[in-house]
Amino acid sequence: MTDLTNLGVAAIRDGVAAGDFTAVEVAEAFNANVAAAAALNAFIVTTPERAIEAAQATDARRAAGQPLGKMGGVPIGMKDLFATKGVQTTAASHILEGFVPEYESTVSQKLWDAGAGMLGKLNLDQFAMGSSNETSYFGNVISPWRRNDGGNAAMAPGGSSGGSSAAVSARLAPAATGTDTGGSIRQPAAFTGISGIKPTYGRCSRWGIVAFASSLDQAGPMARDVRDCAIMLEAMAGFDPKDATSLDLPVPAWEAGLSADMKGKKVGIPREYRMDGMDADVAASWDQGIAWLKDAGAEIVEISLPHTKYALPAYYIIAPAEASSNLARYDGVRYGLRDLPDGAGLQDMYAATRAAGFGPEVKRRILIGTYVLSAGFYDAYYTQAQKVRTLISHDYKNAFTECDVILAPTAPTAAFGLGEKSDDPLAMYLNDVFAVPASLAGLPAMSVPAGLNREGLPLGLQIVGRPFDEQGVLNAGLVIEQRAHFSAKPERWW
Amino acid sequence: MSNTAYRIQGATGEWEVVIGLEVHAQVTSNSKLFSGAATAFGAEPNTQVSLVDAAMPGMLPVPNRECIRQAVRTGMAVGAQINKWSRFDRKNYFYADLPQGYQISQLYHPLVGEGALEVILDEKDPEGSTKTIGIERIHVEQDAGKLMHDQHPTMSYVDLNRSGVALMEIVSRPDMRSPAEAGAYLAKLRQILRYVGSCDGNMDQGSMRADVNVSVRRPGDEFGTRTETKNVNSVRFVMAVVESEARRQVDLIEDGGTVVQETRLYDPDRNETRSMRSKEDAHDYRYFPDPDLLPLELDDAFLEDCRASLPELPDAKRHRYETALGLSPYNANALTADVQTAREFEALLTSVAAASGKGEADVAKRVANWMLSEQPGVLSAAGVGSDHAKNTIEANTAIVVATESGLISGSKAKEIFETYLTGDVDLAAEIEANKQTSDTGAIEAAVDAILAANADKIAEYKAGKENLFGFFVGQTMKAMQGKGNPQLVNQVLRAKLG
Amino acid sequence: MSVDTATVAKIAALARIKVSEAELEAMVPELNGILAWVEQLGEVDVTGIEPMTAVIENQLRLRDDVINADPLTGGDNREGVLANAPARQDGFFGVPKVIE
Repeated sequence: MTDLTNLGVAAIRDGVAAGDFTAVEVAEAFNANVAAAAALNAFIVTTPERAIEAAQATDARRAAGQPLGKMGGVPIGMKDLFATKGVQTTAASHILEGFVPEYESTVSQKLWDAGAGMLGKLNLDQFAMGSSNETSYFGNVISPWRRNDGGNAAMAPGGSSGGSSAAVSARLAPAATGTDTGGSIRQPAAFTGISGIKPTYGRCSRWGIVAFASSLDQAGPMARDVRDCAIMLEAMAGFDPKDATSLDLPVPAWEAGLSADMKGKKVGIPREYRMDGMDADVAASWDQGIAWLKDAGAEIVEISLPHTKYALPAYYIIAPAEASSNLARYDGVRYGLRDLPDGAGLQDMYAATRAAGFGPEVKRRILIGTYVLSAGFYDAYYTQAQKVRTLISHDYKNAFTECDVILAPTAPTAAFGLGEKSDDPLAMYLNDVFAVPASLAGLPAMSVPAGLNREGLPLGLQIVGRPFDEQGVLNAGLVIEQRAHFSAKPERWW
Repeated sequence: MSNTAYRIQGATGEWEVVIGLEVHAQVTSNSKLFSGAATAFGAEPNTQVSLVDAAMPGMLPVPNRECIRQAVRTGMAVGAQINKWSRFDRKNYFYADLPQGYQISQLYHPLVGEGALEVILDEKDPEGSTKTIGIERIHVEQDAGKLMHDQHPTMSYVDLNRSGVALMEIVSRPDMRSPAEAGAYLAKLRQILRYVGSCDGNMDQGSMRADVNVSVRRPGDEFGTRTETKNVNSVRFVMAVVESEARRQVDLIEDGGTVVQETRLYDPDRNETRSMRSKEDAHDYRYFPDPDLLPLELDDAFLEDCRASLPELPDAKRHRYETALGLSPYNANALTADVQTAREFEALLTSVAAASGKGEADVAKRVANWMLSEQPGVLSAAGVGSDHAKNTIEANTAIVVATESGLISGSKAKEIFETYLTGDVDLAAEIEANKQTSDTGAIEAAVDAILAANADKIAEYKAGKENLFGFFVGQTMKAMQGKGNPQLVNQVLRAKLG
Repeated sequence: MSVDTATVAKIAALARIKVSEAELEAMVPELNGILAWVEQLGEVDVTGIEPMTAVIENQLRLRDDVINADPLTGGDNREGVLANAPARQDGFFGVPKVIE
C-alpha cells in the first residue's frame, strides 16, 4: 500500500470516499509521523485520539451511506491560535499555558463539521508575532528543510505559522490551518515549499482565534497544493454573525472553479518590488513565474504600487497598536497565568503576570503599540499610519484597473537559519516586506512553491487578487504549480 | 427669572459655582451591548456573563440594535443632532472590573451630538422659571463589572454580570449654576428617559448615576479648575455634592490653595467629597477606533422608525394639558412629572369622558383634581397603595363620573371610595345609596330645622360674623347625611338668612 | 522622536509589564531603532486622505436584542466562564484585595 502520508487533502478525501483506504488508516499513518517528529517541535500538543475519533466518525458515515463532507477523513494540524474546546490553547505563550477553552473557534468547528480531524495543536510564534517561529514559549520549530551544503544548520520554517508549514512539508499533516496578519501564512509556506492562501479579510471568521491585530488577522489553509488549499478554504470560510467584520457572502465553489487557463487575464508586475540588491535567485524565480503565466495565456503588464515602501512601517505601527490593546485581557484574573508576588496588589499582579507571561518580542510590540497610541503621539503615528494604509489600498485599486492579479515574490529570500536574524528585530521585520502590503489592504493572497534556490531551499511566488477574488488567485497559483512541477520535499533527518 | 442667582458667600466675597453633569444611564434592553447575556438586575454572580463579556481569547463584540435605537431615540427626545456615521473606540486601562482591558466607548465620533433640555426651577411657576441646559453629546458604551471588597479577608471578588451592559453617557454643557439647577437637570433627564423608555431611571439600582463636575469662580470670570465627583446616585446627593464641593473649593482658594483637577468620591454619611486615591498618575487611555467593529452607519429608515416611536414628551404634554385641557400650569406639571402618572391620568380621562358622554376638556379638571388631591388622600386614609387591586380604572371612572354628574358630592365621593377600598361593598350600590338630593322641599325643611335650633348663631351672623355661613352649611349637610346638593343648600341658606 | 529610559519605564507601567533596569536599558535602543524606522511615514503627503476605517467594504451589522440567542455568546454559563480562573470562590473571580 502507498504511504498514505504522501497524500494530500483531495487524494485522502477521494480515497476514503472511494473506499481505497479508511479514514482511520489515514489518521493512524499521520499520527505515527507526528509521533516520530518530536525533533521538529512542530506541535505544542498532539491529539492522536481526536484524529482517530474523527476518522472513525467518517468511516461510520461512509458505512451508513451518508455524505462525508468537504474534508471527510482528512486529519489536519490546528495552529495553536485557534481555540479548541477541551484542548489547551496557548498562542505559544506562557501566559496562556494550561488554558483549556470552553469553546471552539468558528473556523475549527467548520473544519470538524466538514469531516476533518485534529492531529494536534501546532506551534507558532508567540501570539503570532514573528517571522521565524523563534518567539514561541514552547521552543523553536525546526524546519524539515536543510541547505544542500551538507551542513545541518537548523533552518527557520517561517512564521508565525511555522508549526503549520513544518508539519505539512514534513508530511506530519496533509494540511494545516494558518493565520496571516502580515504574511504569517504566505512566508512560512514559501520557506517550506508548500501552498497557503490568506483569503479576503472577512472571509473566515475571527471568532475564537486569539487576536493579534484585529484589522489584519485572517485565517487560511496551508497545504501541499493549490487544489487542497481551495478545498480547505471552502470548509473554513463563510459568514459568521459572531464576527462583526465577517463578510456576509456565499462561499464560492473554489475547487470546482479551478482553471489554469489565463487567456484574457492580465497579470500585474509591481515595479516597486524590484528592490536594489534583490536576491538573485528570488529575482530569477519571479521572472520564471512571469514566463509561466505568459505561457498560460496571460498578458503581463507593469504596474505601480507607489506606497509599497511605506507598507512595512505602517504595519509596524498599526499591528502593535491593535495588539497592545488586544493583549490587555491577559491579566491573570480570569484565566491563564497569574503571578502574585507576596503582598502584591492588583496592579502589581498585572505587571508581574504580564512580565512573566509574555516573551520579549510580544513585550516589544506591546510597548511600541502602547507608545504610538499614547497621548501626544496618536496622530503622528497611528492616524498617519492609517492614512498611509488608505493610500496603499488606493494603490491596489488603481493597479486592479490595469490587471486582474499581481505577481511578486512571497519573501525577499529563502529560509534563513534559526538565530541568524533573531538579534535584530528590524532585520526580521523586513522579511515581510512583500507580504505586508496585501494584508494592509485586506486582499486575498497566496504563496505557491516555484522552485529551489541554489542552496536547495524552496522559493515561493505570491499572487495577490482583487477583494473577493480568491478564485483568480487560486487559478494563477495553479498555473505556476503546474509549470513549476515542484516535487522536492525535505529529506527525513528527524 | 424670579429667583436670584445662587452665590456662595466666601470670606473675600461672592463666588459662583459652575456645574456640568456626565450622566451614565443604563439602556433598557434584554441583552448586553455586545453579547447575548441578559441584563436583568440582581442575578446570581457571574450568571449573566458570556464568554464575550469575560473577554476570553478570540471573543468578538457584535452590537445590539436595540441599544443603538434607544440611544438615538433619547437623542431625538432632547432635540439633538443624530450622527448617521459614528464609531466605537477603545478606552484602554487596567482594572479587575474591566475584563478586556479596554472599554468600548465612543470618543471621536459619538452617536448623538448637540442637544438641550429645559428645566423648571420653580414648580409653582412651571412656565415662568425655565432654563435651557445644553447637552454636548450622548454616546453608547459598555458598563464595567463589579468588585466586592468585604467578603474575604485577602481577596476582592469580581462579578461580571454588569460587564458589557449598555450605557448611554449623556454629557451636559457646564450650564448649571446652582445645586437646584443641577438637581432639576438630573430630574428632568430622568423624566425624559422614562418617557422615552430608554432607561428605567432607577438610581438606587445604579441604572442611572452622575459624575458631577464642579468649579467655582468670581461671577463673570473665566471657568475655574474643576473636580469630578464620580458615581453620584440620587438627585439629592447631586445637589449635596455641588453644595459641599463648591464650599470646599471656595474655602480652599480663600485659604491660598488651588483646586486640583481630580476625581473625587462623595461620602453621603459625612456629606463631603474626598479625593480618590490617586490612580491618576498614569491616566492615558490611548483611545483608538475598535478594529473589531466597523463604523456604525444608520440609514433614514432606521432614524424614521426611531422618530415615529417616540411618545409625546413631557414639555409638549404639559403644554397640551394647559392649552387643550385647560388645566392649571401647576396641575399640568404635576400630572406630567412622571410618565406613569401621565399615563394613568390620560387613561382615566378617556374613560371618564366616555362614561359621562362629555368631552375630555370638559372633565379634565375634575379628573385632575381627583387624581392629584382627592384620590391620594383616600388611598392614604385607607392605608393602601395605588396598586391596590380594587383601585381599578373602572372604579375610579365610576366615582369621578358620579361626582361630575352631581350624583354625589366631592366629599361624599372620598368617603364612598374609602369604604369601597377597605370594605366589602358594591361601589355602584354605595353611590346609589348616597345620591345627593336636589329636592328643594327636603332641603328647605332641613334648613328650617337648623335655623330654628340656632337662633343665637343667626344673630351673630347677622351682626357680621359671616363665616358662620359655613357652620349652617355643615349642619344642614350633616342633618341630610351628606346627601344634600351643596349648591342648593347654599342657595336656600342664603335666601333664608337674607 | 526618540525615547529614553524614563519614557520606556512609563510606557511599560502603562502597559502593566514589569521591567528590570537591565531590560529597560536594552529596550531603549531597540525601540528607538524601530521608532526611527517607522518615522519615515512622516514623509508621506496625506493631505485630504482619510484614515482607513474598513479594509474591505462592509457594513456593521446590528444584532437583534434576544437573550442567549446563540449559546456561544450568551450568559447562563457561569461554569464555562469560571472554568479557567486562577482563583475562584463562591461564584466570583478572586483578585488581591483592592482598597478604593
